[in-house]
Amino acid sequence: MNRIHQKLQADKKILSIYFTAGYPSLNDTVKIIQDLEKNGVDMIEIGLPFSDPLADGPTIQASSTMALKNGMTTAVLFQQLKDIRKSVSIPLILMGYFNPVLQYGVEDFCRKCQEIGIDGLILPDLPLDEYQENYEAIFKKYGLVNVFLITPQTSDERIHQIDAASDGFIYMVSSASVTGSQDGFGNNQETYFQRIANMKLKNPQVVGFGISNSETFQQATKQAKGAIIGSAFIKFLTQNGVDKIGDFVKGIRK
Amino acid sequence: MNYNVDEKGYYGEFGGAFIPEMLYPNVENLRQQYLEIMAEPSFKKEFDQLLKDYVGRPSPLYFAKRLSEKYNTKVYLKREDLNHTGAHKVNNTIGQILMAKRLGKTRIIAETGAGQHGVATATVCALMGMECIVYMGEIDIARQAPNVARMKMLGAEVRPALSGSRTLKDATNEAIRDWINNPVDTHYIIGSAIGPHPYPDMVTRFQSIISEEIKWQLKEKEGKENPDYVVACIGGGSNAAGTFYHFLHEKEVGIIAVEAAGKGVDSGESAATSVLGKMGIIHGCKTLLMQTVDGQITEPYSISAGLDYPGVGPMHAHLYKTGRAEFIAVTDDEAMQAGMVLSKLEGIIPAIESSHAFAILETRKFKPEDVVVINLSGRGDKDLDTYIKYFKL
Repeated sequence: MNRIHQKLQADKKILSIYFTAGYPSLNDTVKIIQDLEKNGVDMIEIGLPFSDPLADGPTIQASSTMALKNGMTTAVLFQQLKDIRKSVSIPLILMGYFNPVLQYGVEDFCRKCQEIGIDGLILPDLPLDEYQENYEAIFKKYGLVNVFLITPQTSDERIHQIDAASDGFIYMVSSASVTGSQDGFGNNQETYFQRIANMKLKNPQVVGFGISNSETFQQATKQAKGAIIGSAFIKFLTQNGVDKIGDFVKGIRK
Repeated sequence: MNYNVDEKGYYGEFGGAFIPEMLYPNVENLRQQYLEIMAEPSFKKEFDQLLKDYVGRPSPLYFAKRLSEKYNTKVYLKREDLNHTGAHKVNNTIGQILMAKRLGKTRIIAETGAGQHGVATATVCALMGMECIVYMGEIDIARQAPNVARMKMLGAEVRPALSGSRTLKDATNEAIRDWINNPVDTHYIIGSAIGPHPYPDMVTRFQSIISEEIKWQLKEKEGKENPDYVVACIGGGSNAAGTFYHFLHEKEVGIIAVEAAGKGVDSGESAATSVLGKMGIIHGCKTLLMQTVDGQITEPYSISAGLDYPGVGPMHAHLYKTGRAEFIAVTDDEAMQAGMVLSKLEGIIPAIESSHAFAILETRKFKPEDVVVINLSGRGDKDLDTYIKYFKL
């Protein structure tokens, strides 16, 4: 059982935060992770920046472009994280697009993740069938949880397939959108959240996309186990730098 | 050896559908239905009718006498430049708009680089009365003002892609994001033989009318269906895919794909993907791709806006890898000179993309009795500015 499984068993709603590694500055990665944990965040998605992030809205795109400009690479990120488990114990997930992983070498990438103490991966453009056919064995060999996405358009049949193939949690995309592109949840989301809750999936669900404040966090986690905040946190870092991370987390958990 | 797509959407090791789950329902729906829809008699009838009456097909296969004399071989031109809207792109947009209607979609999105695919998409949307949004890099909008104006006249909304390098690859990213945001009513008309399966195969099939016609036209003129060579320029590879399609499994036909070397393959300003690319994933497919060692996609360069794409369609990557096609890289200068030669000798001003294909006549030696069919994929009107600047006309 890895840290993700343990955390998801806890009797509380999970607050997970995404940030782009190498943003605002190249070497902010470790400080951001430590401060998030210190302020009570339950899980972190560390974004490996990509030149062409097609599922992301303008905020995460801009942070990725800046991170790459700052010099972030896969090797640099691994170097920054090499001692992270000496100071941080919450689950850490790497999130990014598949091409940089493919170029690093999928097995080398997974081995490195295990060495560092990364618990899981979210690679939105690595689809279920490709994963199962070519990569599942490698991910499992290195103890990595692979997280799949579902959306309001995903059919029940496919959700059951994804549930069966998952061993951790399901990333529930809140609406048909790229990241960071909506202000609140309406009836459509309520219906969708209820529909998924009624399916009694074996994996807990964590909601992402469109969660930006305490209100949307509450709404998203009424049924789901937790929620992920990305763009709103990146915007906060853009405006406030990395010294007031506690304020952001308190704003969500108030 | 099979050069067509297999059941899983692969050409050898290239292809597939590397898409985020948000796109899965649309792409899967298309995958399940595209072959069936294309095989429907009513679809075929409407498609053929529009190609004939609206596009002006068949496009002529023209024996270029003076060009043949100059290069001492038999050169035929497939005149896609005479199509309505001035290029081969419209073959695909006609097919896809009919597909979109049968899928029940009401809103069309597209990406465009030079604007040719954008114009071809705006055209068919006007024809069918469908809403049309074309994504175009901010830099390309500035470079290709006449095509932007055409799209607007045709009723399309041109949205600038402001991210990344603000050219074709970013316009494609923006179109994909739009599709993620509008999954129910929207169909994405991809303009090249790229993207997640089934797009490369679907676009290739719609463009395959080019090689289908070459076969019977050549039979009339030369008494045989198969030329010794077919030649096409290649960016993403839609005109090349259509030109090669019916010859892929005809062993005696040599296939030549002409890439844009830009200022030289080793200059750092090039779009010669077969030489500079490595296996990677771009816009939903696994293919040869220009990228950094770290897997970040790099920006290609060519004087021709239609060829500066950092990847190449997965079918072409497979043709390259297996050696079925010969890939030749042609520089900006060689292409521009070839465009001038064709203009002077045959009275045809080609699109600069197509000029690349003609440039190989200078360097690649053919026998006097060889029949060489070159796809003249587009006309040069849109490139007059570039020709004027280059030749100081």
